[in-house]
Order: sequence, then C-alpha cells, then structure tokens
Amino acid sequence: MSLAASRRALPLAITLFCLCVLVILIGISVGSSGFVNFLDAWHDDVSWQIIWDIRIPRTIGAFAAGALLGLAGALAQAVFRNPLADPYLLGSASGAAFGVGLAFVFFGGSLIAAEILVQIGLTGAAFVGAVGAVLLTLLLARGVQHTMRLLLAGIIVGVVMGAATSMLMFIRPDALQNMQGFLLGSTAFVGWSSCWLMLGVLIFCAGLSWGLSFVLDALSLGESTALSLGVPLKKVRTLLVLAMALATGTAVAHTGLVAFIGLVAPHIVRSIVSVRQGSLVLLSALMGGLLLLVADVLARAVLAPEELPIGVLTAFLGGGYLLFLLNRNQTQESL
Amino acid sequence: MLKSFAKRGMVCALLLSWSFACLLPNVVRAVVLRDDRQMDVTISKSPQRIVSLLPSLTETVCALGQCSRLVGVDRYSNWPESIVKLPRMGGGIDPNIESIVALKPDLVLMATSARGVERLQSLGLTVLALEPKNHADIQRTLRVIGQALGLSSVDSERTWQALDAGLREVSQSIPNYAKSQKVYFEVSPVPYGAGASSFIGETLQRLGAQNILPASMGAFPQVNPEFVVRAQPDIIMVGDSNLSNMLARPGWKKLTAMQSQRVCTFTKNESEVLSRPGPRMVEAARIMAKCLIDKSSQLQKASP
Repeated sequence: MSLAASRRALPLAITLFCLCVLVILIGISVGSSGFVNFLDAWHDDVSWQIIWDIRIPRTIGAFAAGALLGLAGALAQAVFRNPLADPYLLGSASGAAFGVGLAFVFFGGSLIAAEILVQIGLTGAAFVGAVGAVLLTLLLARGVQHTMRLLLAGIIVGVVMGAATSMLMFIRPDALQNMQGFLLGSTAFVGWSSCWLMLGVLIFCAGLSWGLSFVLDALSLGESTALSLGVPLKKVRTLLVLAMALATGTAVAHTGLVAFIGLVAPHIVRSIVSVRQGSLVLLSALMGGLLLLVADVLARAVLAPEELPIGVLTAFLGGGYLLFLLNRNQTQESL
Repeated sequence: MLKSFAKRGMVCALLLSWSFACLLPNVVRAVVLRDDRQMDVTISKSPQRIVSLLPSLTETVCALGQCSRLVGVDRYSNWPESIVKLPRMGGGIDPNIESIVALKPDLVLMATSARGVERLQSLGLTVLALEPKNHADIQRTLRVIGQALGLSSVDSERTWQALDAGLREVSQSIPNYAKSQKVYFEVSPVPYGAGASSFIGETLQRLGAQNILPASMGAFPQVNPEFVVRAQPDIIMVGDSNLSNMLARPGWKKLTAMQSQRVCTFTKNESEVLSRPGPRMVEAARIMAKCLIDKSSQLQKASP
C-alpha cells in the first residue's frame, strides 16, 4: 500500500499546491471593486496599497488559517482515532474563542492591532483557552478511549465555553461588537503581522507532526499494538494535543470561528488517497488551506462590494459536504 | 508622508514673511486631538475627504455644515438626504477595509467599538474614534470634529448652543399636567430599556418625565418583564415593530398604560432619530414631548 499510496500522495500534493497558488492569484484580483487585474495595479499608488497591504495578506492569511485548521483536524482524528474528532467537537475552538474574549475584556482593543506583540498576546490567550478546553474535555471523557464519551464531553465543553463567551458579551456590552464579528469569522482584518505569525506556527506544527507521525502510524493499528511497539505513547500524545491546540488557537485568534474546515479537510484527502499519517496531516493542511481560500474568495465575490462572513459560508459548504458523505455512505451501506 | 509635508510647510512658514504665512493657515496648521480611545490623533491639514462609519458622526459632520466633505459612509447612515447616494463602506462589525482605502480619505471617523480601527490605522489612514453616548458626549463630539475639520471653536459652540436652546424650548412647551409621568422606553424587544443615564433618559429627564429605570441600572439595561409590570409606567414608548411582541408578554396586556392605550409607537424613521446620540437630539426631544403631551391629556380626561 505504502509505495503506491505515496506515489499518489505526491501528485495530489502538487495539484493542491498549484490550485492554492491559482486561487491566491484569483483572491488577489477579487475585491470590493470587483475583478481587477493585479498586474495593472503597478501604476497606481492606492491600488498597489490595496493589493499589497490588504488583499495579499488576507488571502495568504486565509490559506494559513485554513491550513492550520486542516492540520489540527487531521491531528485530532489521528490522535483520538476517531474520524469525527475535530477542533470544534473537542471544544478547543470555543475554548480559544473564550480566551480571546477574556483578552478583549481585560485588555480592551480590537481584534487585529498593528503591533506584533498584541498579535502574540491574542494568540497566546487563544492557545491557553484551547488547551484548557481540550484538557477539560479529556478529563470529562476520562481519556480518549470511548468515542461516545469523548464526543459528548466535547459538546458539553463547547456549549459551556460558548455560554461563558456570551456571558462576557453580556457583562461588557462595549466588547460586544468586536466579539460578534469575531464569532462570525472573517479574514478581512488580517495584516502582514498576523500572516507571518500564522505561517510560522503552521510550519512549526507541520514539522512537529511530520516528525512524530510514526507514532500516529503505530496508533492507527490500535492502542495496545502501539504500546507493544515501544512507542512513548503518553508523551507524544500530549505533545500532539498541544500542537493541535496551538494550531486551532492561532487560527481562531486571527480569523475568528471558522467552522468545518478541520473536520472536512482530512475526510476529503482520505477519500482521494490512502496514505500514512504523516502525509495525511500535511495533505490535510494543504486541503484546508485551499478550502478556506476558495471560501474566502467566494465570500468576497458573492455579494460584492459587501462581504459575507466567512464562517457562515464554510458552515454551509462543510455541512453540505458532510450531508453528501452521509448519503453516499448510506446508499453504499458501508457505514 | 503627511508629516514630512507638514514639516516642510512649517519650515516654509518660518522662512517666508508672516504675511505670506497668514495666507495659508489651513495648510500649515496641525492639530492634535484626543479621541474616545484616549489616543492622540494628529491631523496635519484640514481634511477634505472624510469617511464616516457611524450614523451619529455622519450627522454631526453635516450639522457643522461640512456634509460636502464626506466621500463615504457606513450602510446605516441615511440622514441628511444629501449623503444617501454616497458609496457605502459596510458597518461597524464589517467595515470594508478595501473600499475605504480605495477612497483615499484623509480622515476616517468611526466608533471606538467598531472593528478594524487599528487595521485602518496601520494602513496609514488617520482614524478618529468617537462614540457619543450622552448629551455631554454630543457636545464634546461636536467640538472634536469641529477642531478636526479646521473650523473655529465658535462654530461648534454655536451649533451646540442652538441644540441646547432647542431642547430648552421643547421642555418649556410641556404643560404641567404632562410632567412627572412615569415612562418606560423600550429600545429592543429582548427587552432592553433606556435607563436614566442613557441619552434617551437624559432627554426624558429634561422633559420632566420620570424614568422607571433608574441610572443605577446602567444605560441600556436588560429588563425583567416583571419589573415593568411592578413599576406600572404611565406611558410606554416603543418602536412600532416591537409592539406585538410586547402585547404577547404575560401580564403586559393588563398594564394600565396598555389598557388605556397610553403607548406611543414610533416609526422606523422616528426610532432612528431617537436612538442616535447626535445633532438630531432636538427632533428626538420633540417626538418624545409630543408623546408625553398626547398621552397625558388622555390621562387627564380619563381621571376627572
């Protein structure tokens, strides 16, 4: 399997990469003023500023955020050996949102400040929130063995964290508008500094997961098999959960709550190729990036010059895809 | 770039004679203003291309007679008529960064609570974040925007004096029998009410009405429906779209104000006038005064 599969993994990676570049180019050309050929913008100062300081960072930011979510989703599914696990179902996204909400309330300011320090602070708050929520979920589920317990605990933590966020908005109505926009998800405010930060975290998390992918491979054979192979399961698992929380937290801190990418991306990759976990994680990241790029361009183009909240769009697209998957599985009776 | 322009301008002014410097006061002068974020904003020349992202700020600019300097507004700004056709830049939650930059504004006015304030600033735009919430804020906002636009302080002061005089006139027009009425003003069907410390509450107070929501509850508190039933307001003020919701609340049909139809409903346009803390506050006071007078005379007739 592995030889044939890795042969198919490379073309898929190349295809995804080319598609991403293509959509990035389209993304750079699409904005409030409709389709503009970016090559013509050289001559005009303002068009150039719009492209260089607004469209390019937000487009690359959409890719980075999508990739982070795709990576986090693939990690979650592999670590918890559960195809339904995703950053949202384990509560980490709502935890991250709560962390960011707390940061808003205590430090004021709006979501995307210019200084990189503020960016790192927000990312840190989101990370702490995400880790806290995942740990709480694991605690409630008493480990990852029971799928049902895990999912239920994730839902509970998600709901409670969501309620806590609503409570924050209720106590501090002046932070309401910021939080509301944040909960809808948007790439409109991503500048270069957030962009670099997300790409940095993406490279770090991708490297870490690639380096530890042998554990994920062993784990896919079952927990006892993995242990009998002499894998330091507990430590590596903790590390990977932290990486997942970091990826989710970073994406949420900069683009708000964007649903379904983390769940859908690995599923699509698996439906195209069957590969080892290391490649799966990287391919899911690429796929997640591509999905969010497409959603971002659509969000800008559909109602131009107005913009749809991207979280709304991904929820529609992702929900539709899952429904399709469910139907196909039912008709094939291979559930 | 603006800074270097200003510096160069100042050097020029020093080198050339005073008489020549007097010819270009607006170009040379830079003002530093403190906005509602408590940040100092430097405005290096009198701005001519203004984007406003809050209806009350749009109205303030126009009240100062500078409507023609606006080049873009948010999607909710709809007064005065002359700005209706201006390009729309999204709203407070989703300002359209790209369209704003494309307009090349030299001043952006927006709420402190809006998103994207820092983003716009980091793109090199001059952003003045102001969020008037009460009468004192309206006066201060008039002054700050007046200074930002390079108007003399007399202009903004005069505009405020006119508003204040208008308010006084409206409150004097209210007959004694219409005073000290207990009023409940509902702003949204959650229900949120207008408390005594909100600008609506302040206007009501100047009109001599009693707000059933004391200042201690905050500007726009979420009200327990039971609280209103217990307080038994004489008059209820509400937007016309909220009325059916109100009637459906348990126990509310039996409120005396409901039964004797002492409920004022406001059209969408009237609700906008009432809910925007800006230069249309006199018009807002007139709407509320009319309600107080109409409903109180009913009250007087009903109880001999």
